[in-house]
Amino acid sequence: MKTFNYSAALATAIALMAGMADAEVTLSILIDNNPETITSMDAVTAAYSAAHPDVKFDIEQRAGGADGDNIVKTRLATGEMADVFNYNSGSLFQALRPQETLADLTGLAGQANVLDSFKQVVTAPDGTVRGVPFGPAMGGGIFYNRKIYADLGLTIPKTWDEFMANNAKIAAAGKVPVITTFGDTWTSQLFVLADFFNVQAADPNFAADYTDNKAKYATTPAASKGFEYLEAVFKANYMNKDFGVAKFEDGMRMVATGEGAHYPMLTFGIGTVKQNNPDSLPDLGFFAQPGTDAAKNGLTVWMPAALYMPKDGPNAEEASKFLDFVASIDGCNAMIKGSGASGPYLIKGCELPADVPQAVSDMLPYFQTEGMTAPALEFLSPIKGPALEQITVEVGSGIRPAAEAAALYDQDVEKQAKQLGLPNW
Amino acid sequence: MVSRRPSPYPYWFVLPAAVIFVTLFLVPTITSFWFSMTRWDLFKADFIGLDNYRQFFKEPFLIQGLRNTLIYAFITSGAKTVLGLLLAVLLTSGIWMQGFLRSVVFFPVLVSTIGIGIAFSALMHPTRGVINLGLATLGIEGPSWLSDPALALYSVAFIDIWKGVGLATLIYIAGLAAISPEYYEASRIDGATRMQQFWRVTVPLVRPATVTVVTLSLIGGLRSFDIIWATTRGGPGFSSDVLASVIYKQYQAGFYGLATAGNVILFALIAIIILPLTLWFNRNEVDV
Repeated sequence: MKTFNYSAALATAIALMAGMADAEVTLSILIDNNPETITSMDAVTAAYSAAHPDVKFDIEQRAGGADGDNIVKTRLATGEMADVFNYNSGSLFQALRPQETLADLTGLAGQANVLDSFKQVVTAPDGTVRGVPFGPAMGGGIFYNRKIYADLGLTIPKTWDEFMANNAKIAAAGKVPVITTFGDTWTSQLFVLADFFNVQAADPNFAADYTDNKAKYATTPAASKGFEYLEAVFKANYMNKDFGVAKFEDGMRMVATGEGAHYPMLTFGIGTVKQNNPDSLPDLGFFAQPGTDAAKNGLTVWMPAALYMPKDGPNAEEASKFLDFVASIDGCNAMIKGSGASGPYLIKGCELPADVPQAVSDMLPYFQTEGMTAPALEFLSPIKGPALEQITVEVGSGIRPAAEAAALYDQDVEKQAKQLGLPNW
Repeated sequence: MVSRRPSPYPYWFVLPAAVIFVTLFLVPTITSFWFSMTRWDLFKADFIGLDNYRQFFKEPFLIQGLRNTLIYAFITSGAKTVLGLLLAVLLTSGIWMQGFLRSVVFFPVLVSTIGIGIAFSALMHPTRGVINLGLATLGIEGPSWLSDPALALYSVAFIDIWKGVGLATLIYIAGLAAISPEYYEASRIDGATRMQQFWRVTVPLVRPATVTVVTLSLIGGLRSFDIIWATTRGGPGFSSDVLASVIYKQYQAGFYGLATAGNVILFALIAIIILPLTLWFNRNEVDV
């Protein structure tokens, strides 16, 4: 008992002393555990601490995917959210009920630097902006191994048929044509989600009709193509042998080092290769998902995730100063320095360095040509069904036929629309 | 009708337990019935009647989840009961290093389920896992234990049995110790073989332990979640989904009302299976 009292008193004294030297603030930050997120956050917090020695950071990592959604939603609801956290923009942002849970960042001085196209995807239904961009815009498409393409004399496919023809040659050469990593289920969605440029090229009203409960995946031929692509790759047996358990980082390693030729993924994977296999970075190339029409092929673009503050956080003032810095050109440059540039940033005047990795220079021409990019569906519609990743795993593993899967996803989407209280559902 | 004896304890004596019971058990149970009838996002709950139940039964994965739950519960419960009894007989037979072997069998019970899940995910890896590497040396190409839709549920059930059989064994060891040696002596004098002794003496007399093992493992199997989530997350696709993992995914997606309705259904399912079973066990109880 004596020792207990003594140590308790000591702890209190230490706590009091820490309180007295109070100019120091520690901002808690919750980020996902993607390597690019981690290095970007490390870089931008280090740069901020250098300018503001009194501010310290306590960075906590969380899982990505559905587990991450769960953590973020629960911590927001229970009032235990960190001072600053990163999370998707677009439909997943809307599912957080931003008006009730997130601090209003419309008045942040740094918002003047942020491109309007980004502000749109972090705007709550009441018209207020609730986040600042964190990281570069991403393309969703197909990574390829440049060495394999050079060795086999292949050219970049513009249509799905050309893509499958390339796959046949790659398989004949004894390589894995399409790297598949269902161990991280979210990676299974890419063929469906990254096909959206092709969907909207064929059916420009799809996003609006889909939100209004008028268009469905199962009954829109262009939209159900993504599911058919997954099925085609499975039927041709083009996947790696451990496709059911391999994970995202395995996939990036395999495509960079030439264990496989193609990997459908978002371009933030470039940062992962830079971290884990820097020597293979020059062999990593990228192209948009091929569609049905070579003349209308373009890139489906993902807006970066954003940093948000919970409503009424205890360190709101310091946290908003930090977010101001993240939205500045200096903050943007710090992130580029830390994690390299895997895509264009959404901050005015923040230019990419000349020596970007090969896969980034493969992607930039799409951005520089008018009409060659389209935002992914999750930035045009608030509805994204939570079971898509399981459904695409089923199609890609041959458990469920593509047509049935598209219909099942339409059913899944209905739940989300009802939960959001959308009209017409 | 048995007339109740007045309790020897004053009311204030039961108050602490009553407070804990009401706030931590009774209130949440009742509120969960309420929330299961709302569209709830943790901030506000709109009453929508029985829509959540309708939605839950419409879930295409639910029927498969329900089937899987029953398969999983009966396989794991059955195997734990049979293996538990056999191991208990072996480990009470005065075998060499008996005490040590008993702890070995019980050891997996103590290890964290998540740890076991991660360890078996590595062991069962289709190309790099020890199990398939071992099979490969024998010239057999092992399957994808946890990512083959036809196998995944059974692989997880196997892990669950491995982990849980120690507890069943422990209960059976206690049950066997309670059987008087005189029965064995008497049956031996009557000329019973070892096999006859097992079927005619051990199995009937160890019945109280059997009731405990079956009930506990069946309830455990019906609501099992952690080992499944740590290994397959219900996948590939929905092929190893059980009721609890379907519910958890609704919760993950932010459908809190729907997830609560699922929990009420799970509660009802367990009650429907376990209640008659317990009644049946009790009715057939014989004095030992």
